[in-house]
Amino acid sequence: MAKTKEPIWWSLFGAGGMISAVLTPITVILTGIAIPAGLLSIEAFDRLIHHPLARLYLFLLIVFPLFHGAHRLLFTLVDLGLKGMRGTLAVVLYGSAIVLSILAIVLLIRLSP
Amino acid sequence: MADTISLDVFRYRPDQEDEPQFQRYEVPFRKDWVVLDALNHIKDEIDGTLSYRWSCRMGVCGSCGMMVNGEPKLTCSAFLKDYYPNPIKVEPLANFPVLRDLIINLDDFIQKLGEVKAWLLPKDPKPISEGEYLQTPAQLAQYKQYTLCINCMLCYAACPVYGLEPDFIGPAAIALAHRYNLDSRDGGFQQRAEAIFSHEGIWECTFVGECSRVCPKHVDPAGAIQQEKVASTLDFYRSLVPWGKK
Amino acid sequence: MTGKQYVRPVQSNWWLQKRSYTLFMVRELTSAFIAGYSIFLIVMVYWASQGNEPFTRFCDGLKSPLSILLHLLVLAAALYHSITWFNLTPKIMAFWRGEEKVSDGAIQGANFVLWLLASAVVAGIVFAVARG
Repeated sequence: MAKTKEPIWWSLFGAGGMISAVLTPITVILTGIAIPAGLLSIEAFDRLIHHPLARLYLFLLIVFPLFHGAHRLLFTLVDLGLKGMRGTLAVVLYGSAIVLSILAIVLLIRLSP
Repeated sequence: MADTISLDVFRYRPDQEDEPQFQRYEVPFRKDWVVLDALNHIKDEIDGTLSYRWSCRMGVCGSCGMMVNGEPKLTCSAFLKDYYPNPIKVEPLANFPVLRDLIINLDDFIQKLGEVKAWLLPKDPKPISEGEYLQTPAQLAQYKQYTLCINCMLCYAACPVYGLEPDFIGPAAIALAHRYNLDSRDGGFQQRAEAIFSHEGIWECTFVGECSRVCPKHVDPAGAIQQEKVASTLDFYRSLVPWGKK
Repeated sequence: MTGKQYVRPVQSNWWLQKRSYTLFMVRELTSAFIAGYSIFLIVMVYWASQGNEPFTRFCDGLKSPLSILLHLLVLAAALYHSITWFNLTPKIMAFWRGEEKVSDGAIQGANFVLWLLASAVVAGIVFAVARG
């Protein structure tokens, strides 16, 4: 009997949930309030985003929450009645998370200081 | 004229009808009465045809679980005064097939108890002549909470996942598997894995948490399931590395 | 078991029937906003790699009312996610000191402190780098 691979998706969901719980609010405040309010100048933000640590931060805050959302949305859509489409939904949601993660990693590598 | 309260009771008589209906009964309102007292009054004084399960009438046997105003409750612990003067709707426990009136078919749950091997599988079996399996108070404390389950199935009635997917092993069964997995005398973790580390097992659960909210004995099956998810995940990753094999 | 049984169907709007079910659904749907913000960050990284001018134009876009509104929606969702997530963490693992279990409140408190500290550190680093 093939052992279920569910622990992989669940641990990605868990990591994404913890990372986004800790870091998403402050980051949203930065890009959504601090910049428009002028508390953070665009020039400073440009310098900041090219800092090597910023790339690590963005990697964590992009990739893991994508898998968190994919996993949670899959189960939510099934609970909302789309049980029959579970296989298709899994491919679309996890697949999107994988593709977007690869895109993010490529873009972050190309973001030279 | 003494105070009364209305009970709207779910009636289903398979020999007489295809569809269930509600029947309203007026029962005396007594401040110390619970819904079970009202049902007993109905059966004794008004309508002897009403069928329902009950036993200890003190919240330890798990027999009298029903939906009271849409909430899974032990009817021996649901006081009339908390609903008075409004009518009380009494229905069979949700998510289970109804056999008659307020009686449900609980075969599914009983079968699942067997599937999860809800009994001790000793780590180092020994004959009785060699004495007891010893355990410290600290070791007992680890799993004691999960021993308190009275198999009342209120958690199954509360769980929307079980309602949508009857194959789901369910809160109480997994909590009981967890009870044995945490027991220092037990060595059955891998044997239970096939039943609970499956798609119908722990991975069906989305941590709604309703099971723990309605549990009359504060077993916290939701917590048990999440802890088993962690245990299963650690076991999974351990099995991937060559030094992780036992 | 033989004989006729009555099976009560689960309604498709089951999650609207009870407040606790609806709150659960709201909690789960916050993950869509969280993932959506990841996609926004990807777009931001793209524009940051396109040079000064394009990135400045992107950042000007952040000042628009639409951007601020969307950010506030994401912030509301993210806060609900964070609060519900930290409140649930004690359930995932039990920590024991002899016969006593570390209380739920202690674990929740530690999580909220971690959240505050991390947020403060991030904000601190951002404004320190910004100042030059």
